[in-house]
Amino acid sequence: GQHLNLISHLRNLKEMLESSKESLKLEAMKRIVGLIAKGKNASELFPAVVKNVASKNIELKKLVYVYLVRYAEEQQDLALLSISTFQRALKDPNQFIRASALRVLSSIRVPIIVPIMMLAIKEAAADLSPYVRKTSAHAIQKLFSLDADQKEQLIEVIEKLLKDKSTLVAGSVVMAFEEVCPDRIDLIHKNYRKLCNLLVDVEEWGQVVIISMLTRYARTQFTSPWKEVRGQSGEVMKAFYESDSEEKKGHTEEKPYIMDPDHRLLLRNTKPLLQSRNTAVVMSVAQLYWHLAPKHEVSIVTKSLVRLLRSHREVQYIVLQNIATMSIQRKGMFEPFMKSFYVRSTDATHIKTLKLEILTNLANEANISTILREFQTYVKSQDKAFAAATIQAIGRCATNISEVTDTCLNGLVLLLSNRDETVVAESVVVIKKLLQTQPTQHSEIIKHMAKLFDNITVPMARASILWLIGEYCERVPKIAPDVLRKMAKSFTAEEDIVKLQTVNLAAKLYLTNSKQTKLLTQYILNLGKYDQNYDIRDRTRFIRQLIVPSEKSGALNKYARRILLAPKPAPVLESSFKDRDRFQLGTLSHSLNSKATGYQELSDWPAVAPDQSVRNVEIIEASGSDSEEESSESEKTSSDSGKSSSGSEQSSSESELEQKKKKKTKKVPQKKSKPTAADRYSEIPAVCWSLRVTTSSFGPVKTYELLHHMTGKGLAAKYHFPRQPCLYQPSMVAVQVILSNSSDHSLEEIHIGDRSPASLSIHCFNTIERLEPEASVTVSMGIDFSDSTQAANFQLCTKEDQFSVSIQPAVGELLMPSSMTEQDFCKEQGKLQGMNETSATITMETANASSQAISKQVLSVANVGVVSSSQNNFSRFAGRTVSSGALVLVSLELKESSTALLTINTEKTVMASMLLRDIKQALTQA
Amino acid sequence: MIHSLFLINHSGDIFLEKHWKSVISRSVCDYFFEVKEKAVDPENVPPVLQTPHHYLISIYRGKLFFLSVVQTEVPPLFVIEFLHRVADTFQDYFGECSEGVIKDNLVTVYELLEEMLDNGFPLATESNVLKEMIRPPNILRSVVNTLTGGSNVGDTLPTGQLSNVPWRRAGVKYTNNEAYFDVVEEIDAILDKSGTTVFAEIQGVVEACVRLTGMPDLTLSFMNPRLLDDMSFHPCVRFKRWESERVLSFIPPDGNFTLMTYHVSSQNLVAIPVYVKQNINFFETGSCGRLDITIGPKQNMGKTVEGLMVTIHMPKVVLSANLTATQGNYTYDLTTKVLVWDIGKLNPQKLPNLRGSLSMQAGAPKPEENPSLNIDLKIQQLAISGLKVSRLDMYGEKYKPFKGVKYLTKAGKFQVRT
Repeated sequence: GQHLNLISHLRNLKEMLESSKESLKLEAMKRIVGLIAKGKNASELFPAVVKNVASKNIELKKLVYVYLVRYAEEQQDLALLSISTFQRALKDPNQFIRASALRVLSSIRVPIIVPIMMLAIKEAAADLSPYVRKTSAHAIQKLFSLDADQKEQLIEVIEKLLKDKSTLVAGSVVMAFEEVCPDRIDLIHKNYRKLCNLLVDVEEWGQVVIISMLTRYARTQFTSPWKEVRGQSGEVMKAFYESDSEEKKGHTEEKPYIMDPDHRLLLRNTKPLLQSRNTAVVMSVAQLYWHLAPKHEVSIVTKSLVRLLRSHREVQYIVLQNIATMSIQRKGMFEPFMKSFYVRSTDATHIKTLKLEILTNLANEANISTILREFQTYVKSQDKAFAAATIQAIGRCATNISEVTDTCLNGLVLLLSNRDETVVAESVVVIKKLLQTQPTQHSEIIKHMAKLFDNITVPMARASILWLIGEYCERVPKIAPDVLRKMAKSFTAEEDIVKLQTVNLAAKLYLTNSKQTKLLTQYILNLGKYDQNYDIRDRTRFIRQLIVPSEKSGALNKYARRILLAPKPAPVLESSFKDRDRFQLGTLSHSLNSKATGYQELSDWPAVAPDQSVRNVEIIEASGSDSEEESSESEKTSSDSGKSSSGSEQSSSESELEQKKKKKTKKVPQKKSKPTAADRYSEIPAVCWSLRVTTSSFGPVKTYELLHHMTGKGLAAKYHFPRQPCLYQPSMVAVQVILSNSSDHSLEEIHIGDRSPASLSIHCFNTIERLEPEASVTVSMGIDFSDSTQAANFQLCTKEDQFSVSIQPAVGELLMPSSMTEQDFCKEQGKLQGMNETSATITMETANASSQAISKQVLSVANVGVVSSSQNNFSRFAGRTVSSGALVLVSLELKESSTALLTINTEKTVMASMLLRDIKQALTQA
Repeated sequence: MIHSLFLINHSGDIFLEKHWKSVISRSVCDYFFEVKEKAVDPENVPPVLQTPHHYLISIYRGKLFFLSVVQTEVPPLFVIEFLHRVADTFQDYFGECSEGVIKDNLVTVYELLEEMLDNGFPLATESNVLKEMIRPPNILRSVVNTLTGGSNVGDTLPTGQLSNVPWRRAGVKYTNNEAYFDVVEEIDAILDKSGTTVFAEIQGVVEACVRLTGMPDLTLSFMNPRLLDDMSFHPCVRFKRWESERVLSFIPPDGNFTLMTYHVSSQNLVAIPVYVKQNINFFETGSCGRLDITIGPKQNMGKTVEGLMVTIHMPKVVLSANLTATQGNYTYDLTTKVLVWDIGKLNPQKLPNLRGSLSMQAGAPKPEENPSLNIDLKIQQLAISGLKVSRLDMYGEKYKPFKGVKYLTKAGKFQVRT
């Protein structure tokens, strides 16, 4: 019935798709996508749907794409009908349309279009728009999975895209690299430094991929930074301080190992990402430090990893797994955060178990009493599986830390009278293991366990007790035969492991105390001979031959005692995470503890570093060196202010350790800006976090909104002051207006209409006959503001509409820079005293205290010229008002503690006070 | 990377599937169902599973499983983080993340998933970018859309993806410009039987709701930033400024977002706002027990403790509870064995008390361990660490915005062992 229902439903949809109404089609497509989402088969509608692939309605078109990608593989011939639409769209002037066409085209898994896809990818990889290039990087992977034979050609495209400088492309192309040719490390060399420098600006998902690739890369290219630290006592803190003081002395002479600056670059540039909100990014940096950083630096990741434990349960699970592996090798890293691993009754079972694992790894002589007290709470947990795991953990602590073995053993013996069977059973098993390590003193415990034997039903526990009694039967000579007697009675009803241990016990007693147990043993061996389980039959046969002398058994019989009662090495209680470190941290393979498909091994450090010069980039680009200068500048200022803040830090009550850590982390980047490293990096266009924003949003050109497209019925206008002399009339201020059409129809006859005040003199732009949708045009106009900040109001007209708009200039835009010498400046200033002088004392933001920063701030608010100054504490600027040409002189005298005297001399006193206010504001802000 | 996604409800029905590469049969989920069956509690299902040909990585949120299928090595956190981002996006778009709401908005959900991943690699995950491409539903528009056949897909192109502030949409305009910041701190603590603190720490978060026109550049500074020990930031925050000056400088996304999360330095002592006197006893004979809990104020900085609530997961053998509360109400859920005592405001003059008897299954042994108490509470207008916002400055725009800061202290994972 349901099937028929679906068929009629599909027929219905087909009719809707074939109607001429857009809305009906859209509704039909929505329902079809609903069917796909529910996993229903809607493939028979393919012909009807594909017809709409070129629809003008964006939503309809997108839904058709969804459908097409889903079913193209099944309907290859029909899918080909749509290809031409995409080929056309690939040439569209709009980058988003090009990108989406490539995205869909490459998702159609039809082998016949492979050459078309290849061509499209190659073209898109050379597109001017980084967004389209990003899409082409994604398409590479799709084509590769469709046809692996294209590998060589695709690698060429990857090679090209790897050179791309856009942060948008970087993550995607590295992803493609990882999927198509992860072994072509040689492609990375030339791009290594660029990737390191771009990293912080790449979107978060790309960061994860790049960091993981660079981890692998670094392990093949640099030598191990671990050697010297390994030789030390292994105490982490010590290594930490020592290397700190060593660095101060200058490490070149003392240390045989010098870190490759490229290696350092990677560590330095990934560190800020520890503060990312994306848990995957934090984890990937943590694993990078774990695998690449000198041992004493790894601990900087600890806090961030512990922070992730506050996140969702699934995140906790993965992070705890990784911490478990790390904490085996490096207790010191997580010991200060031990309490963060305390278990809560509300934690999920797998989280509890992991926390327990970590606590056990962290246990040492100093903290064991705290940990054991905590474990006591867990043993009582209602979650019995967890209680059992805790007992195992106590056992591990007891074997690892000899001081507490007795305490633990006594505690475990107490647990033997626990009400819960699993707890008792687990205790028995653990006690057995512990006793093996030091059996001599513990016959009391063995006796106690023998007494409990009747009440214990868990097979593993029974088997353990039997083994213990057998192994140390000479210590409990009276009890052992009695236990064997009981077992002989219940033998047939026991579980297999218990039977095996009974046979063992019998054999051992036969050898040590045959007088009392000979008959019992024979009885048990006879039972075993006819057991249903062949293991038991085998064992019985073997034991009989071994212990009972007969003609056939011969030589072996003499050694029976030595075979069965040989001293056995105590079992080592190990963490289940012991060998997880064979996998790279943070990977799926690590999480599963088995090699996942496509896992890339992390290679060992090379003994001798491969040629370092392969990473040098030969061509110095003009644009590159430019931004490099700026970035080094910004680095300088940031390190400066870092210093001043460290002064106040010293007064804080933070512990010594904390402070050392901070100083240390600060020191590292400073060190790097020293010559050797800096020389090598000079050719790389470094984009840094702070720089990016300052240039883009604080550039001297501020854009203002003139008309919003909502009020302008699709017409939007923005304006800015280009600060050029106005071409039309010298008394006018030049204004550039950017008109854009965001409506869906073209706008005609855009011009300027009535103005107010009527006397306002404006040089209008020529009427724009036609502005197409999505198009924009920049026009310039001139306005005579008559040296006042009064707004110029006028009407912006199209063929149908008129919109009132106004331009209100900031006072600083009413000026033109005037060049003069310092002497002229002082002379002119002398003429403009008294009421022509306005001044104020201001307190500047510390960041603004340099003369460069002052110029930058002043120039951002006022269009004036810098007067070169011979005095360091003076900054002078000169300008004239545009309309009347009156002189405006700005001078700034720096006093102590970032206060300054700001003076403005001009006859235009109203302007002076407004300008004073604006400059003051600019300088007091950061 | 991410091959397919299945959304599975509490009872194990797959109600949505999406494939970013070739189609994978939904029978792959059977492996998952097997494990889920064994785990009993859905929270106990391990997030990463291995099947013969695929790997399953799942999260459990809002009573739903988001199950993704991957075929090759991928950092599991990458997938987990992404799945949570998907759930966050649903929450953001539809106000909640539940089966009902996803089914009601199936097409929008599908469109979102289409934009969020390309070939299994995350493409657009910023809420501001997504909202430019796919408009969130609202009642008025859905009415208009059904009448006119209009769509939820934005006709503007997602220019945000190209800008260097991809988290902020372009052309933001408001008549009322406002910026609100909520400093919310949670106390995580474990107290032992005697009331001694076994473990306590403060985790904080600064949530922002910024509705400002244009491209404002904000600087938020704290009176005592030294309190902050470890933090994570929204990508908009300039890390260098924080490192050098300890101020948060950023161009904010439009709307609601989490500006930063932080951990208060463990050197500082954590104030515990309430004390709990409790006595829970199960008797060997008679299949019953007694319970007596009193809560009183401790270090609450003179503020009122509100929204006080005690939750106890009782042992399985407890059948019913016969208690009297001097304040608030209590409920005992027989199936989940959870006792909830909703107290409300804490009155220091008259301390709330809950006492009475518990009846247990006849003949069952007395529970080994007493259940621990989980405490919930709120303190308005207080950040328990003492963190204070000193000022907010705005650059880049001329208007004067309204600025507001709110403080709130909550109990996080606050557990009293008994």
